[in-house]
Amino acid sequence: MNPLAGCLLVSALLFAIGLAGALTRRSAILVLAGIELMLNAANLNFIAFWRFGPHPEALTGLLFVIFSIAVAAAEAAVGLALILAIYRFSRTSDVSEITEMKG
Amino acid sequence: MTMTLPFLILALLTLAGGVAAMTLRRLVHCALALTVAFAGLAALYLNLGAEFAGLAQLLVYVGAIAILIVFAILLTRGGDDVSEPSFSPAGLGGAVIALAVFAVLAWAVATSRLAHPASTPPAPSASMQQIGIALMQRYVLPLEVIALMLTAAMIGAVILALREKRAASTAPALESSSR
Repeated sequence: MNPLAGCLLVSALLFAIGLAGALTRRSAILVLAGIELMLNAANLNFIAFWRFGPHPEALTGLLFVIFSIAVAAAEAAVGLALILAIYRFSRTSDVSEITEMKG
Repeated sequence: MTMTLPFLILALLTLAGGVAAMTLRRLVHCALALTVAFAGLAALYLNLGAEFAGLAQLLVYVGAIAILIVFAILLTRGGDDVSEPSFSPAGLGGAVIALAVFAVLAWAVATSRLAHPASTPPAPSASMQQIGIALMQRYVLPLEVIALMLTAAMIGAVILALREKRAASTAPALESSSR
């Protein structure tokens, strides 16, 4: 197996793991962690295509990963603040128990 | 050219960290496993020649987001909540969906011509100078947008986390007025 396909397979497996976690775990924090794993899998794809792609001198994949990391940091900060706000309101971080949004 | 041994070791470490983060029952253990997965990914980036992205990953994910997640777990008292059932119909459905997604992705990788180039190109160079020049010339507008977005996200997170104090001070008045 060549290195590019190996990277893509690792990334696909990581994405599937994150998706399974986000779909099955009941803690809102772990759902967010699963989403972070999926974002990281996408970043690994960008790096792999930058490294083994035809025009690495344009730095496109690398810079996309840097911007993506910044967006993910903002997303994690806002997401965890939302989880804290919901926890203060409903005293739980279990997504299967948070069933109402109004009131 | 085949995959190198360091790549395989780092990939196994990352995937093991990811699996542990999504399957362990105690949330604090999950956060630690997640940190291992993030560090493994940073090492993978370094292994692929992307020094700046690897170090940024190390700083942002291992340094900041892991700490943030641990704080969120401790603040929501999730550390002592282990009542999650290990097997449930919903869990089985999610696992089946994830498996199907992986099967489709793996099929696409296996059959794509793009994923099997005839030769592996030599390692490209991405020095700090090149990245800085690209950020200041071609990508200067996205850089400014990211700066604005980070500021907005920081203010938003602070406002969201502060809301309780204002609500607590106004809650008694609201309750008495509704009665």
